[in-house]
Amino acid sequence: MVTRNKTRTVRLTLTYLILLFVATCIIYPLLWTIGASFNPGNSLVSTSIIPKNPTLDHYRELFAGKESLQYSHWYMNSLKISLFTMLGTIVSVSFTAYAFSRFRFKGRQQALTLFLLLQMIPQFSALIALFVLAQMLGMMNSHWLLILLYIGGQIPMNTYLMKGYMDSIPVDLDESAKLDGAGHTRIFIQIILPLCRPMLAVVAMNGFTGPLGDFVLASTILRTQEAYTLPIGLFNLVNEAMGASYTTFAAGAILISIPVAVLFVLLQKHFVSGLTAGGTKG
Amino acid sequence: MQHRKIGLMLSIIPGLGQLYHRQWMKGGLLLIVSIAFWITFADLLNMGLWGIVTLGTEVPRDNSIFLLAQGIIAIIVLLFGTGVYVFNLRDSYRNGQKRDQGMRPDSLLSDYRNLINQGYPYLVSGPSLFLLIFAVIFPILFSFALAFTNYDLYHSPPAKLADWVGFSTFAQIFTVDIWRSTFFDVLSWTVVWTLVASTLQVSLGILMAVLVNQKEVRFKRVIRTIFVLPWAVPGFVTILVFAGLFNDSFGAVNMDLLSLFGLDPVPWLTDEKWTRVALVFMQGWLGFPYVFLVTTGVLQSIPEDLYEAATIDGASMFAKFRHITMPMVLIAMSPIIITQFTFNFNNFNIIYLFNGGGPSVPGSNAGGTDILVSWIYKLTMQSGQYALAAALTILLSIFVIGIALWQFRRTNAFKEGA
Repeated sequence: MVTRNKTRTVRLTLTYLILLFVATCIIYPLLWTIGASFNPGNSLVSTSIIPKNPTLDHYRELFAGKESLQYSHWYMNSLKISLFTMLGTIVSVSFTAYAFSRFRFKGRQQALTLFLLLQMIPQFSALIALFVLAQMLGMMNSHWLLILLYIGGQIPMNTYLMKGYMDSIPVDLDESAKLDGAGHTRIFIQIILPLCRPMLAVVAMNGFTGPLGDFVLASTILRTQEAYTLPIGLFNLVNEAMGASYTTFAAGAILISIPVAVLFVLLQKHFVSGLTAGGTKG
Repeated sequence: MQHRKIGLMLSIIPGLGQLYHRQWMKGGLLLIVSIAFWITFADLLNMGLWGIVTLGTEVPRDNSIFLLAQGIIAIIVLLFGTGVYVFNLRDSYRNGQKRDQGMRPDSLLSDYRNLINQGYPYLVSGPSLFLLIFAVIFPILFSFALAFTNYDLYHSPPAKLADWVGFSTFAQIFTVDIWRSTFFDVLSWTVVWTLVASTLQVSLGILMAVLVNQKEVRFKRVIRTIFVLPWAVPGFVTILVFAGLFNDSFGAVNMDLLSLFGLDPVPWLTDEKWTRVALVFMQGWLGFPYVFLVTTGVLQSIPEDLYEAATIDGASMFAKFRHITMPMVLIAMSPIIITQFTFNFNNFNIIYLFNGGGPSVPGSNAGGTDILVSWIYKLTMQSGQYALAAALTILLSIFVIGIALWQFRRTNAFKEGA
């Protein structure tokens, strides 16, 4: 028993060492950013995690309303686009998935195959087309066009996920409701949808994070400072000559990261049950 | 003459056949819809079909690119029209058949019921499909069409027209030395990047989940919360943060970390090899929490008796891991693992936001760390090589779809989709 205890101690020590190392790797860059955002001056050369003379200057600068730094606009734009894309994705995906899961109609199999293929081709490899589309419609700089494009792009993959989840809900439930005289839409909204909650959480997450992090489509269609979203605005800040605005960027990064991160950490349980279910069913 | 033949003949003009079968409502509706269709779309069809064939004949009146777009929309509209038309013919024929057999044609009420029952899936998925056509399918078709034109900076409206050139852009990719070598460089780095980065993040995620999930490990909640942080913080933010951390001259990695161990600064952003190393590590950092989260879920669902039975049989820790944990995890996770690979294959953000696909390398038209999608982006947005970018899009699609089909056939997940 002695050797067994010994190997156990060794194993646990090793485990803790590895976990500690990984945790440090995760926390270090995050803390560094927080530190940078409070550092006086623009240069990062003298940046330390705990600044000697912390300052809120960079946060003030974000909202100072400079021509090339419209942080509050970018922030609201990003939130607006992400939220509406999320809502639109949830509605269109759940209805479509219901149709594909519960009905056998002409073209169903072909459409499913099409969805599968469309998942593979990234939407933004068709950039020029989207650019031309925006010009033809006279909708350059339009957030609503962007939202529609995002929702369209979210449909194939998420419909697949949602349909897979709905397939695992027994059809008997529908049948008995039908005997009670419920119509398709009522069955869908009152019976199927509540049971899909874990997968709805996943779809909502995809619909929110997709547009929030997108650089490509947004930079193609949005060309004025006020119309920018956070990725474009912050990218430009970072790439200003010699990192001259890096500390300001850090402040901007903190303001978006903390609310999103807190939300995700709090909601992670809900995502996981959907993700694992999707994982096992395919 | 039989009713079905008369009905079919009359329905060459949509609605007349239905009127002949005394289905007044349906016939009238079809007639009105088809008239409206022609009135609304006549110009578009005329213009679009002429445009897509010629791509314009006169500058500055014609804009080749707009004409091409109109042409594709015209074709999509025409396909829909044909769909309705075929439905009209079949409907008329079928009702004629019923009359020939002495039955009454469908009444409006039964048509309505049919529509509600069979049309329901079309009705609820219709708006999504429309959006899909508008936002995804049309752009992809348009891109594909562009690959067969000579559209670039020197052939762009309003000053110049573009023309159909067939496969010559594809031929260029494979025959002009600099394009060929760039293409194969980018492709091979894309493949290496996908394999290495995905494998790293998947194995790191699984390893961490297994470590944390050991019975004796304490503070599980705290550890898990820390480990999901890279997933919870928006990815574009962290990539930009890393771009600062790895900066050659002021970044903390060179200034603080390496100097702490007495190492010389490393040219992270200016030497292609080091940029690649940094990218792979970053993707490991960014990508492992997702795998970690899902694996943790799977691990907790493995029944405890399996391990107990194995312990009674005298299995070692390692044997239990190899014969119980690993197979369970891999089976449950395989779809998610596959998505990690496809995700990284198209992982534009990390490549572009970190170092713009750079550093630039001599003798190549792409940056040293450009993957296919970021190269396509730069060709489009920075150097105006639209046709070339479009041709590369096609090659990329063929490559990805080929691999996906092969994979699906192998795992047999393709047979029902249910």
